[in-house]
Amino acid sequence: MSFRADRLGFAYGLEDATFQLPAAGLIAVVGPNGAGKSTLVSIMAGLREPYRGSCQYAGKEVRQWPRREFARRVAFLPQFLRLEFPFTSEQVVFMGRTPYAAGWFESPADREAVERAIVTADIAAFRSRDFRSLSGGERQRVILASSLAQEPETLLLDEPTTFLDLKHQLSMYKLLSELARKGIAVIAVTHDLNLALQYSDRTLVLDRGRLVADGVTREVLTPDLIHTVFGVRAQLHTGSTGNAWMQYDA
Amino acid sequence: MTRSIWVSLAMLILVAVSAPLIGSTHIDLGRAFAGVSPDSEILFYARLPRVLLALLAGAALAVTGVLFQCLLRDPLAEPYTLGVSSGASVGAVLAICFGIRATGLASLAGAAGVLLIVLGIAWEGRRLSSFTLLLTGVTMNSMSFAVIMFLHNLATFSQSFAISRWLMGGLDAIEYSTLGWLAAAVLPVCAVVIVFARQWNLMAVGEEWAASRGIATTRLMTIGYIAGSVLTGLVTALTGPIGFVGLIVPHALRLRLGADHRVLLPCSFLLGAAFLCVCDTMSRTVIAPTEIPVGVITALCGGPFFIWLLRSKRRSVWL
Repeated sequence: MSFRADRLGFAYGLEDATFQLPAAGLIAVVGPNGAGKSTLVSIMAGLREPYRGSCQYAGKEVRQWPRREFARRVAFLPQFLRLEFPFTSEQVVFMGRTPYAAGWFESPADREAVERAIVTADIAAFRSRDFRSLSGGERQRVILASSLAQEPETLLLDEPTTFLDLKHQLSMYKLLSELARKGIAVIAVTHDLNLALQYSDRTLVLDRGRLVADGVTREVLTPDLIHTVFGVRAQLHTGSTGNAWMQYDA
Repeated sequence: MTRSIWVSLAMLILVAVSAPLIGSTHIDLGRAFAGVSPDSEILFYARLPRVLLALLAGAALAVTGVLFQCLLRDPLAEPYTLGVSSGASVGAVLAICFGIRATGLASLAGAAGVLLIVLGIAWEGRRLSSFTLLLTGVTMNSMSFAVIMFLHNLATFSQSFAISRWLMGGLDAIEYSTLGWLAAAVLPVCAVVIVFARQWNLMAVGEEWAASRGIATTRLMTIGYIAGSVLTGLVTALTGPIGFVGLIVPHALRLRLGADHRVLLPCSFLLGAAFLCVCDTMSRTVIAPTEIPVGVITALCGGPFFIWLLRSKRRSVWL
């Protein structure tokens, strides 16, 4: 088990949620704007206090974890990163080693972890380029590599593909589901129900600060639920390879 | 990485050794070291203390510039952005208007006052917000200048002249004991800033980015703000506001060396010192015996150099 939320309040003045997340697999967090998805993820990342209730990681309140120790277990990927200064991609990846830093210089272990992350996220081609000169897709991969350099057991992502085109959205989720199969818990906020259907094992549906559904993605994302939560009529289809996809009626 | 630091150190040594030998009056080194007047007085009591002050001030301003740009994630930030130096100016102007001799101490008190006010306002609950820090600092700047204008308006002719001279900033030969105190404060504070270089890298990206990678951001921001303010306050109390050093040295070095603070901070320390020392040497020699305010030189010589750096695509080989 990774996260365990008990009567957790993640939106001002609204209700609370109770859930437990497994230690591996790709978990999607979906819901309309203002449902509290980003707030929930930043509470899980330890960046915010819960409004009430408890949010534990591996049996200990998130806010009670020593920050460096927590950062070795849980990595948080922001939606995007805006840099003012000329850091190279590689320097951004090296920042992921901060929770392990013992001094001023990087250790051989740091360098090995960074090399592995660079290979996994496939960013070797632009490792020495200025981060600001990269395209949106390349930037997200660098941020992912930086988070992988933390060697976490859990990845938290806040809408990692919002600013990406179709191809990069798919390759990002493909990579995330591979990581999930390797035993990392990947928890991703997303707006795209079809991405959730295609790649996630489990889905949490939030609506106005409440957890309204939680379970195996294909069982949770039903046309009825979509209509109640998003106010949109949807049809669920099964594709030729047995994959489910959603069609929306305007 | 270390190569740039060694090259910077070599350049600093070159500047520091040659600057005291340059001046409007020719001095004979043999006579100076033998203690013969006036060569000895010129070297040891007129030039050397002033060169040392320029080195310490330049180093402190450049390091603070890097630090504040990082903390505020604002490339336009400089040591004077967060209000401490304008507080120092208020202190000095008050001292001039009320005929208090200890201008330096008064400006130190002004700097400390602003530091505490800004810190008090920017602390929101248990965290320090860079946004509030920036806005509070900028507001303190405006208010301080309003006070200065008000006092200046009431001042007599000779006070007015003294106020203008102070606000232009400039270096003077000061007592060795004062230099000793300055060095005893500036060097350790700069060392503390440089020690945290790896953490500044993450702060320069963002507070959440740093926090989610295990950094105690509020503590680090507080250390950074206080360190930078102490450096700025001390230097301003002794030299008045000298513009441009804290802005141009960090940017010029970032263009050449990149953003890694482990290189940027030591090199800014060394070359900030060298830069201000060169500018001050020019200010006392170009139209000697009249001096040009050093702020004029830093901006008029540093500005075109910086624009050339910005426009030149070829990366330099010397650093």
